[in-house]
Amino acid sequence: MMIVKYAAAAVVAGILSLGAAHAQEGMVDELRQPTLDTLAGKKVIFVPMSMSFDLPEGWAAIMQKEATRVGYTLDIRDANWSTDTGTRALTQAITEKPDVIVVQNFDVASYARTLKKAEDSGIKVIQVNMKSSYQTDAFVGADWYGIGQYAANRMIEKCGKASGKSGKIAIIQGPATAAASVYQLNAISETLKGHDDIKIVSSQTGDWDQSKARGIAQTVIQQNPDLCGIIGFWDVMDAGTGAAIQESGKDIYLITSGGGNKTACQGVENGTFKEVISYDVEGQGRDLNNAIKVLLQSKEAAGAVKFALYTPNKIISKDTMSTNSCWDLDQLKK
Amino acid sequence: MSSTPQDLGSNAPRKGVGHRIGVTQELIVFLVSIALFAYFSITLDNFLSRDNILNLIRNVAMLGMLSLGMAVVVIGRGVDLSLVAVMAVSLTFSIVLANQGYAFSTALVLGLAFVIVVAIIMGFLIAYVEIPAIFATLAVSAIVYGLGRGVIATLDVNNVPDNLNWFLFLGRGSLLGIPVPIWLFAVCAAALYFLLRKTGLGRFIYAIGDNISTARITGIPVRPMIILQYVLSGVMAFLAGCVTAASVASMNMRMVNSTLIYDVLLVVILGGIGLTGGRGGVRNVLVGTVLIGLLLNGMTILDISYTVQNLVKSTVLLGALIVDALLNPRDEQTSQQGDI
Repeated sequence: MMIVKYAAAAVVAGILSLGAAHAQEGMVDELRQPTLDTLAGKKVIFVPMSMSFDLPEGWAAIMQKEATRVGYTLDIRDANWSTDTGTRALTQAITEKPDVIVVQNFDVASYARTLKKAEDSGIKVIQVNMKSSYQTDAFVGADWYGIGQYAANRMIEKCGKASGKSGKIAIIQGPATAAASVYQLNAISETLKGHDDIKIVSSQTGDWDQSKARGIAQTVIQQNPDLCGIIGFWDVMDAGTGAAIQESGKDIYLITSGGGNKTACQGVENGTFKEVISYDVEGQGRDLNNAIKVLLQSKEAAGAVKFALYTPNKIISKDTMSTNSCWDLDQLKK
Repeated sequence: MSSTPQDLGSNAPRKGVGHRIGVTQELIVFLVSIALFAYFSITLDNFLSRDNILNLIRNVAMLGMLSLGMAVVVIGRGVDLSLVAVMAVSLTFSIVLANQGYAFSTALVLGLAFVIVVAIIMGFLIAYVEIPAIFATLAVSAIVYGLGRGVIATLDVNNVPDNLNWFLFLGRGSLLGIPVPIWLFAVCAAALYFLLRKTGLGRFIYAIGDNISTARITGIPVRPMIILQYVLSGVMAFLAGCVTAASVASMNMRMVNSTLIYDVLLVVILGGIGLTGGRGGVRNVLVGTVLIGLLLNGMTILDISYTVQNLVKSTVLLGALIVDALLNPRDEQTSQQGDI
């Protein structure tokens, strides 16, 4: 009996020690390796409006980091501010059969047909920030309607009846057909419906250019000395709008929006902008990476699943600003 | 030479409709400007206010300065399509240097040096290698822009370092109630007027523009003079760049892709400086600039969309070209020498 007892004890000890050894080595994650294998060696092509301003530079830096980490490639084809160059880059990309194309549209129309062609040939397409009228697999970007709605509501608060101000506001748009312009304008006019105390005295396009925005703002301010507020559509352009306001010496409430680059925070700090609605390029970069990884893993055909990830807006004003409200491109690239 | 450059310009014996009926394009543009001015004064509130008039001129001061540069070259029967690229990239160069720790004044001097070097190379290509100005300047424009985007800076928009109030004064300040950009435009216009009308160098430019072969036979150092023209236009571009950068505390290289260079040509041609060379002067640039300023200011106040504004501007340019062709018909001499 003793022998049996000892034998049983030995077996129990053996099992226990085996179990202990197992606990020390952890468990194999059955999902991880297949996921990494699916992602490795895939090909992503990014066609930005131009690799020369904060937004695409920021996205590209974040996408590149993740591509390097996980092992897919990211090629950048610069449209260099020309829809023609961009269309050519897209057409060329389609012949190379990448797995995913990430594209930033100039306007809602130019790329629409080319994007459909890409999907038809089995390439999944993510549109970033600036949508085309053609919806592809994914949209990642700013909620232009929400931005316009917020800006208009702030104007009602700051310039409407309750404020005792004139109620006169101006809008400095981007190019008339850009997604940022059309959806924001729609939101502003919807929001201002029924608010007769707010009057839009001017709605012009600054064409994303500071000098143009400055010229328009100066003329409008001069023409309407009691102007109360301006909604601008991009912080980089509205540096010009802000310059015109400062030059006039008037207290005009300027709300603009942008990717939250450090110049936005500097602008709020030195009083160029009263508020910047930031669509947080760092957050968008992460959303982009996630969208890319979802599409690369998905077994569905291109165009089968359509989804959108609208960026939550972050308000940067003197009250809300903290040291990490904005990002720095040099840091992002590291 | 007993005739003044003015004589060479408008009274030169040309068989044109204009001379039969005594109407120059400058006069037509001037009358159109007066008409527009009257129309806007009546229809738009506040248009006639002192502030709006200053605003109007201030907003086209940069365009006017670029056009002065273009005018010098066009009078000498050339064209400089690199003005905008040179302006944007040279100022970007200065700003980037300043952000790297150079004193801003040093950075500006280096930016100006860059402009002069580019202008000399370009002038050399046109005067000695004899590449047509339109191609040489177009190519140089692309190279300069490429340098700007590829080598000098990664971003289009580069911000002037903080606390440079003396520099920002050039764009935002005012003296005796008049904005500094207007003063700068006026000083440049006066200086160029003096150069073109009162000095031998100015006469040489007219002579070269009027008839380059005769100018050469007369003993004018034609080739060095052509280089000088491009240096002058480059310096004007640099000054216009200073005003632009100071106004918005930054320089935007994307400007090179805009229609600005066509606006500059519009001012020059509209003002009545014929592309065949040898005619016109500073006054033509002023008239052209004022008309564009009136159009832009009036259309902005009327809240006309950007696309329609461009349509109106382009139609005006086409009209000016038609009038130019009627008033200064191509004769055997000009077509033989070839013009742009």
